[in-house]
Amino acid sequence: MAEATHEAFDPLATGSRRRQIRAKATVYGLLLFFALLYLSPLFIIVMNTFRPLEEIVREGFISVPGLLSSQYWLEAWSGFCLGGTCEGVSPYFTNTLLMTVPATILSTAFGVVNGYALSKWRFKYDTWVFGLITLGVFLPAQMTLLPWAFVLGKLGLANTIGGLVLVHTVQGVSFTTLFCRNYFVAVPDDLIKAARIDGAGFWRIFRRIILPLSPPILIVCVIWQFTGIWNEFLYGTVLTSGTNQPITSAIVAFSGSGTGQRHYNVEAAAVIFAALPPLFIYLIGGKYFVRGLTSGAVK
Amino acid sequence: MSSLQIKNLRKSYGSVEVLKDINLEAESGEFVALVGPSGCGKSTLLSIIAGLESVTSGEVLIEDVVVNDAAPKDRDIAMVFQSYALYPTMTVRQNMTFGMECRNIDKATQNETIKRVADLLQIEPLLNRKPGQLSGGQRQRVAMGRALVRDPKLFLFDEPLSNLDAKLRVEMRSEIKKLHQNVGRTTVYVTHDQIEAMTLATRIAVMYQGVLQQYDTPKAIYETPANVFVAGFMGSPNMNFFDAKIVAQSDQLGVVIDGGDGAVLPLPSDRHSTLADGQSVTFGVRPEHFSPAHDRRAERKGGVSVVVPVHVDMDEPTGAETILMVQIAGQDATIVCEPDGAPNPGQDMDFEIDMQKISLFDPESGVRL
Ligand SMILES: Nc1ncnc2c1ncn2[C@@H]1O[C@H](COP(=O)(O)OP(=O)(O)O)[C@@H](O)[C@H]1O
Ligand SMILES: [Mg+2]
Repeated sequence: MAEATHEAFDPLATGSRRRQIRAKATVYGLLLFFALLYLSPLFIIVMNTFRPLEEIVREGFISVPGLLSSQYWLEAWSGFCLGGTCEGVSPYFTNTLLMTVPATILSTAFGVVNGYALSKWRFKYDTWVFGLITLGVFLPAQMTLLPWAFVLGKLGLANTIGGLVLVHTVQGVSFTTLFCRNYFVAVPDDLIKAARIDGAGFWRIFRRIILPLSPPILIVCVIWQFTGIWNEFLYGTVLTSGTNQPITSAIVAFSGSGTGQRHYNVEAAAVIFAALPPLFIYLIGGKYFVRGLTSGAVK
Repeated sequence: MSSLQIKNLRKSYGSVEVLKDINLEAESGEFVALVGPSGCGKSTLLSIIAGLESVTSGEVLIEDVVVNDAAPKDRDIAMVFQSYALYPTMTVRQNMTFGMECRNIDKATQNETIKRVADLLQIEPLLNRKPGQLSGGQRQRVAMGRALVRDPKLFLFDEPLSNLDAKLRVEMRSEIKKLHQNVGRTTVYVTHDQIEAMTLATRIAVMYQGVLQQYDTPKAIYETPANVFVAGFMGSPNMNFFDAKIVAQSDQLGVVIDGGDGAVLPLPSDRHSTLADGQSVTFGVRPEHFSPAHDRRAERKGGVSVVVPVHVDMDEPTGAETILMVQIAGQDATIVCEPDGAPNPGQDMDFEIDMQKISLFDPESGVRL
């Protein structure tokens, strides 16, 4: 629908021939300029992953590479010394994966059920419950750091990936509940009433009617949670240390390890490893993300 | 046996009372129409019968069992919604089997039932489509089919035809009537359309502002409306209401329309009991109970009529009949007459009123006299 209306009216294709050309040139010129501007860091970093260190030192960070080598990628992945071990970023990459995947699945699952219950099974003070859950959306992470450190300590989850999974699941439920509840509000209540008369209960209605309507919002939740948790840095840095850290916290070591010599090329490759999964998710899922946020549940 | 009883039912949302002391009962096999203007509480009442809403006070009985606290699935009812409420991700077949699946009915019986209902409603070719691929009329049929796969104690309909275009609505109306005659189940049918209520129901419950105004057969509701609201709501075009007075002439009572030439319209003698000389009344005459004076229609049927002079302001020919906007004794009125004898706008003409069919109401309370 939305796409059709965009096509139906093209303001750049109105007016005289000269106006059309001028308008198009301006618009596309500006778009190209900003696209290059935003892409330049990525481009420079990728270039540096292939350059020998002495060339970077000699010619500076921004320069056309002379000699290309892929050994720095390998070094960054499995050889580079970081946080006391010399196995590259791969252990930390695994840590992040072990944290992000369960936390994404759990927070999305809880959010869908919460959203369904809060939008379709009204109970006393349900708006209060909803308000309290979504308060988490506006609560700065810094404020929850000490309480979390305390809770994880009590649970015996201090400095563990499991602890981070718990933190991210609980923090994420605020967002996923908000997304799902607002999505399900658009599902007609009559569907639920009809199903209740048909004899279906809470979970059967969820499985047979709500879930089949949910893929767009599930995709939104998964993308949001996956990228958010993958890129998260504060909890990982404060609540874990050493070899238990997620990759975002581990590569902080680049900033001031004090060994004197900076390995720009290896560091650049490591940074790209850290950024690759969210980038990948955006590339394949970005379209569905926008679609899920703007589409209604029932056409 | 009465299959549905509603006793002293009240329903409030917060401080707003939307149903006020409703009493209603339906015999087995009856077709009850709940009719009234939008917002009068019809859907709320139906939801309470279905168990989708709780009662504030009072009782709902289905087949003589109080079901106030029974869940919808335990009430043995089937319901058709105004929005149809078809499950959008399921095919038509799945929409219809979902309820049977919930009640653990075996596959063979399910298939048999689907076949029977699909034949009955002629939706066989639609069974594998999704609701999004159906037209409005087809969706309506499927919604009916979903209700008909059961053999419930009660069928509940909430304005099932109001989303269809006029022609389809009339077709489906007679189909629903036929279905009810075949299936013979007690049905409660909500509508704001008084013609639907008149044509379908064995009894009509007229509601207004949460109060049950009258509960009776269509004929009784039409001929002896309990108050001005019912009289005005049922029937199209609306009943005419004139401000009038009762006068006594010898031993005969009559009605004099205010603002006219003082002509006395004598009342049939069986209408005298509660009336007194000089009493103000609201004098109600349905548009079709006027007829051109020269036809002498009422007399030919053995009735009593009186002649009134009428000034025609405007006419609306519908083809089958002509609706006249007229002045009688300076008060606005509507008359329905045959197109052939119809006067033209601006013309004066004598019409007679069939006095057997008139209604009198108390001008203050609106109650029938
Ligand atoms: N959940 C609710 N909360 C508050 N008021 C409601 C609710 N549902 C219905 N009402 C009110 O009750 C009245 C009757 O509604 P309804 O039964 O839907 O009317 P109808 O079906 O006759 O058009 C309306 O005034 C409506 O605003
Ligand atoms: Mg309604």
